[in-house]
Amino acid sequence: MEDLLIKIEKRNDVPTTLYFLTPFIAIILTIVGGGIIFYTLGFNPIEALKFYFITPISNLYGFSELLLKATPLCLIAIGLSFCFKSNNWNIGAEGQLTFGAIVGGGVALLFYNQEGFYILPLIIIAGAIGGMIFALIPAILKTYFNTNEILVSLMLVYVSKLILDYLVVGPWSNPEGFNFPETRQFSDSARMPLLFESLRIHAGIFIALAAVLVGWFVLYKTYLGFQIKVSGLSLKTAKYAGFKGKTMILIVFMISGACAGLAGVGEITGPIGQLHRMISPDYGFTAIIVAFLGRLNPFGIIFASLVVSLTYLGAETAQIFLQIPQYTGQVFQGMILFFLLASDYLLFFKIKFLNLKKNELGH
Amino acid sequence: MYKNFFRYLISAIFLITFSISAKAEFKVGFVYIGPTGDHGWTYQHDEGRKAVEAAGIKTTYVESVKYGADAERVIRQLAQSGHDLIFTTSFGYMDATNKVAKDFPNVKFEHATGYKREHSNVSTYSARFYQGRTILGHIAGKLTKTNTIGYIASFPIPEVIRGINAMTLAAQKVNPNIKTKIVWVFSWYDPGKEAEAAQALIDQGADIIMQHTDSTAPVQTAEKAGIWSFGQASDMQRFAPKSILTSIIDDWAPYYVERAIAARDGKWSQQDTWHGLKEGMVAMSPYNKEMGADLVKEAEQLQKDLASGKIHSFTGPIYDQKGNILVAEGKVADDGMLLGMNVYVKGVEGDIPK
Repeated sequence: MEDLLIKIEKRNDVPTTLYFLTPFIAIILTIVGGGIIFYTLGFNPIEALKFYFITPISNLYGFSELLLKATPLCLIAIGLSFCFKSNNWNIGAEGQLTFGAIVGGGVALLFYNQEGFYILPLIIIAGAIGGMIFALIPAILKTYFNTNEILVSLMLVYVSKLILDYLVVGPWSNPEGFNFPETRQFSDSARMPLLFESLRIHAGIFIALAAVLVGWFVLYKTYLGFQIKVSGLSLKTAKYAGFKGKTMILIVFMISGACAGLAGVGEITGPIGQLHRMISPDYGFTAIIVAFLGRLNPFGIIFASLVVSLTYLGAETAQIFLQIPQYTGQVFQGMILFFLLASDYLLFFKIKFLNLKKNELGH
Repeated sequence: MYKNFFRYLISAIFLITFSISAKAEFKVGFVYIGPTGDHGWTYQHDEGRKAVEAAGIKTTYVESVKYGADAERVIRQLAQSGHDLIFTTSFGYMDATNKVAKDFPNVKFEHATGYKREHSNVSTYSARFYQGRTILGHIAGKLTKTNTIGYIASFPIPEVIRGINAMTLAAQKVNPNIKTKIVWVFSWYDPGKEAEAAQALIDQGADIIMQHTDSTAPVQTAEKAGIWSFGQASDMQRFAPKSILTSIIDDWAPYYVERAIAARDGKWSQQDTWHGLKEGMVAMSPYNKEMGADLVKEAEQLQKDLASGKIHSFTGPIYDQKGNILVAEGKVADDGMLLGMNVYVKGVEGDIPK
């Protein structure tokens, strides 16, 4: 009699190169998987993939749109990496983005008919503070009342969207706008300066790049970063080392919220130019994929935000040129995350198939 | 040297792009707010697109395009990739449409339900859905036993308020005790929310449900509850065969075909279109016989009179909720008033969300 036994063992030595290589493997697997899906849907897979991954960025405009889309994703993911690295599961970046946009947008509306160099900086600061305050709610509830930050931060997303709904339909709606649920257009001084004539890419990209550099510096070169990483690896060790866990939780949530708030402000002062109900196509949630695809590494996140943005743009191009349903873009994102998690599992654990004689199981 | 190389590279990229987009074939693009399978608003626009295709003109569509940053890119991409006429079929695309139109003076744009025509290559169009609401109001007023009509509304914009008012006025004419209860779902397409709203209205005593949202969830909820309902945008009868009395159908096909052919033949010019039952942009699906032969006859007569202009949906005296006169006796509301309508008439319960 033989029994097949599957044993899962933790690997002790995971090579660093392989650790950073797996996201690429995941992307390649996604492309292969996507090709198979296109083939079964009746499209020429090579052509479909070309429209997906090459056509969108084959000209200057397309490339600038890629950067435009990647900017908020990168910014939010940098913030999230602080939370995730320290084992704080902030799922509500979308809410922090929305609330940041509300506070920043409020300031912009305050100056709707005024011009001045100080307006945009005020809006940006207001947005960051807004996101920070909104992120502090789950953080404080977690540290002082032991609530689950996943649930609280997620639920607050809906709260922030309802607040935005209320404002754009009600008190902040454009008085000349026939009751359409949107505010007035912001004044020119409240808009991000454009980097090039006729392209939409705006100065917000520098905020994202600054966040990458600062994020890298804090995480890898400061005591705070060290605390964050140690807490992420082992909470017990962090306690033995005497780190102040509660303060750190508040700080990482504030960083994360501020980044999301900045992303929100970047959207409303950049391409949108007003507040309405759909300021973000779920950037806050997509950024979670970006953060993990980038291995929670600031430079990895730049790369990941570009890849994920490309799946969005690709979905549009593929629909325009081949009439492939838009939802394939979401399938792509799902596949990337799935392959990444799956390959991570195989990376950290090995599966052993053991053939055991029955009597060997005895004493 | 290096700088020059960069310059050449960029101009090469531009040249390639332009040579790709230099096309011969006439193409029409459509931008949809929902999925083509919503069986409501977007579904009907897509039926219109298919009619254009059937007329021998190549079309492209992009569905579920979100307002905001995405909309402008999609519209721009359609313009860039050789589409000569682009229909943007939701009010939220208004600013994006005008912005792109400025950069593509040779491409024609048609924006549904908006009011901005900032450039000569932007037209707007909409349908007088409120005429259909008048017929629904008449039927509902006759059939309700609880004197309560439930109305699932999307956004408090004039188009929606107009529908609520037209329905309520027509219902009051045949049943002075009528009350209109409204639930705002703040979405055009959200089957979950729409079903909940329908249930909430039924719980509050509504025995007839109608909707200004795009999914079939409300009529299905009504069917389950065993009460009457009306379909929206397309003939929703097959989703609630017993419950549906009739559907207001948005028939964009003739307009789309006409405009596409005009654009192809170089005869397109800017206009603001607001068609109704007369032109066929608004149509009614067959009336459910369960409402009684007499009522079917009345509805059909009303439909004819609205189309011919003998009856106007907004004929005075019309009062607002506080009893102030909006339209004097013997007068009818002009289009300007209809387009900016933002007060409820007497008999509607609650306040417009502000």
